[in-house]
Amino acid sequence: MSERLLTVKNLQIEGFADDAWKPIVNGIDLHLDRGEVLGLIGESGAGKSTIGIATMGYTRPGCRIVGGSIDFDGVPILTQTAEQIREVRGVKISYVAQSAAASFNPAHKLIEQYTETPVQHGVLKYQQAAQNARMIYARLELPDPDKIGNRYPHQVSGGQLQRAMVAMAMSCEPDMIIFDEPTTALDVTTQIEVLAAIKDVVKQFNTAAIYITHDLAVVVQLADRIMVLRYGDLVEESDTRSMLESPKEEYTRKLLAVRTFAKNPEPETKEEHSLIEVSDLHAAYGGGIKVLDDINLSIERCRTVAVVGESGSGKSTLARAMTGLLPPMQGSIKYQGEELPRSFKNRTKDQLRQIQMIYQMPDVALNPRQKLRETIGRPLGFYFQMDGAEREQRVKELLEMIELPTNYIDRYTPELSGGQKQRVCIARALAAKPVVIICDEVTSALDQLVAEEILKLLDRLQKELNMTYLFITHDLATVKAIADEIVVMLKGRIVEHGPKEEVLVPPHHEYTELLLSSVPEMHPDWLDDVLASRSAVSA
Amino acid sequence: MGLTRLIVNRFLFGLITLLAITLLISLALEALPGDFAEQRLGQSATPETIAAIREQLGLNKPVLVRYAEWLGNFLQGDMGISLSNSRPVAELLATRLGNTLFLAVASAIVAVPLALFLGIVAALYRESLLDKMISTITLAAISLPEFFIGYMLVALLAVNWQLFPAISSISDSMSLGEKIYASLLPIATLTFVIVAHMMRMTRAAIINLLQSPFIEMATLKGLKRSRIIVRHALPNALSPIINVIVLNLAYLVVGVVVVEVVFIYPGLGLLMIDSVTSRDLPIVQACILIFGATYITLNMLADILAIICNPRMRHPR
Repeated sequence: MSERLLTVKNLQIEGFADDAWKPIVNGIDLHLDRGEVLGLIGESGAGKSTIGIATMGYTRPGCRIVGGSIDFDGVPILTQTAEQIREVRGVKISYVAQSAAASFNPAHKLIEQYTETPVQHGVLKYQQAAQNARMIYARLELPDPDKIGNRYPHQVSGGQLQRAMVAMAMSCEPDMIIFDEPTTALDVTTQIEVLAAIKDVVKQFNTAAIYITHDLAVVVQLADRIMVLRYGDLVEESDTRSMLESPKEEYTRKLLAVRTFAKNPEPETKEEHSLIEVSDLHAAYGGGIKVLDDINLSIERCRTVAVVGESGSGKSTLARAMTGLLPPMQGSIKYQGEELPRSFKNRTKDQLRQIQMIYQMPDVALNPRQKLRETIGRPLGFYFQMDGAEREQRVKELLEMIELPTNYIDRYTPELSGGQKQRVCIARALAAKPVVIICDEVTSALDQLVAEEILKLLDRLQKELNMTYLFITHDLATVKAIADEIVVMLKGRIVEHGPKEEVLVPPHHEYTELLLSSVPEMHPDWLDDVLASRSAVSA
Repeated sequence: MGLTRLIVNRFLFGLITLLAITLLISLALEALPGDFAEQRLGQSATPETIAAIREQLGLNKPVLVRYAEWLGNFLQGDMGISLSNSRPVAELLATRLGNTLFLAVASAIVAVPLALFLGIVAALYRESLLDKMISTITLAAISLPEFFIGYMLVALLAVNWQLFPAISSISDSMSLGEKIYASLLPIATLTFVIVAHMMRMTRAAIINLLQSPFIEMATLKGLKRSRIIVRHALPNALSPIINVIVLNLAYLVVGVVVVEVVFIYPGLGLLMIDSVTSRDLPIVQACILIFGATYITLNMLADILAIICNPRMRHPR
């Protein structure tokens, strides 16, 4: 009954790194029927994107296909001329990228970019293509579908843009679409809309799809079949339901189990003063739009307070205000009962030392030209005037504390993996012997298994060193794992605040409910159920 | 809105900058040893004659008073009279400015398209032998001082092979063809100097863009390479390219001083050098004003064009 659309045999791809070609995809076999959705899942470096776009006869700069064959609907993709392959791309196979904001050309209107593919390939006339665009915009529930096409990419929201890109991929009604992490950059509440849109068009047009993601809970909503990849090798392949029920490989089981870590809650301690007391805090950038609106918050010693919210909710701004990087317009921040100057410039060295920060992107937060000796040693010199052997010794202690070998002291940060870099950031913060560490999305840029290790490390350090954390994140799984208290933010305001047990257990605030119900769950009917229950509520 | 405010702001700051420059030049000339009277009289100077000339030209007033007088006259449209030959400064400047602009325009007509072309070619055939040759040659040209390139061209093309005149004396009576022939060597020198800059920026801007996700998307939409470059890369590369072009045009007017001296080309730069030597303040002031105004205007133009080229600025949310 089903008709074979794509057959990939023994695909081998190499990438150029450190002055040599190294294999990144090692002989992958893959097949796809018409109308079927295949999920490719794995951590970064698994080669899943590389395989996906290779089916379009394309490799990113620094990669090359060295072996194997790709047969798409009778067309041997790898032996086509550049001109022949051009006729396949966009028409028979189209691509949906991770970041619509980066993948739309900023210089042209959405509808121009939609119609470009069918018009340039001579499939449709402009008028017809534009009409199709408006229809599909309406189908994907974009607001004002007749006019939204006249906007430029920067004039619509992230979720809308991502849906416009799904629409664009449908412009020639292709046989197959490659979805390359299309919801990874979105908030959970927006992710649901895009997932629903993807599921809808794939069904409607009976389009085959390869869905690439690192998030198993997302892919099970869409895929008929799942392939787990690691380091360019196939780990396991089976249909979605049986993979969830009985994963065969240890690695798959780990991926499935990744959201299970949970720390033991810290006992509540009552001191005379809260460690940090934020009251009536208002802040804005450049005197313009208010980003923080009447924030009241107290943080107790040795507790982890998680601040959750979508992008733009003001959670990172709260961190900037507390550290004095963005002096607030009004309100006060008290530390151990004593008011902190608004700007970091007016704080004493000792005040600065006690509140440290760890950032989302360790790559950007670390100086690539420094060895760990300097990176971690710098705060030791700055705050404690340590130098020579004493400083060297302390850096080694800190490396041990973050579970890195002490001989790493002579390494430069680019020689480390993403997780190791984030550990170095933690060590650098610890070097100041802080009382509070503000963690701003510290696990968001990491693979899930790596992120879990970082959470465990932070938990252990908290117990050993009596740390207090303010943990900023958009990821509710992380919150569930690590928080003692939860602060939910929306549009610069705190909408709910309380101990984890209270916030996570119904009844919730309306917005908390929306956030919680938007987190994908690891069973294939979750998306349909949520959409059904939401439309029931609104009906 | 934003653009108008920017223009008004920049215009006002430009005026202030010009004012500061002219004052600075007055003070600087005052600080140089010797004044116009001493330079003029040279060996034959006696204290009496020097005093007489100073008295006659008002040179014994304090420098700030003289500056204020000059400024007052200038604001009424009077640029003053040359100390050396008593002719109105405006008249002297007119021909010289025309010559300098002629040289600048001629060089720009050669250099800008050449730089764009080389930049696009180098970007398209990145890392090829052609790209490396273009990069090496233009880099070498930018690394050498312009007088060195000028003298090399003179040595080769004027002295050795005697193809072109070594001295570019042009006058109003010459035809366009004759003018171009006479100024070929300075044009070539200036082209060498500015092509590298613009070419490298064009190459970098395009290469930078070719790696961006929306170019990958255009490729995966199956578009032709030519369409990708022209429709997807170029509109987004324009603003850095225009910026560097305009800055180089400014250099063509302001920075030609050395080249004009090398080829004894009768332009503004040469006039200014001569006037500094003879301490002829009104002329120096006027030259500086023109140079400063050109530089400030073109810089402002670069910023405005960069904004116009950016769709985010043109179509705010």
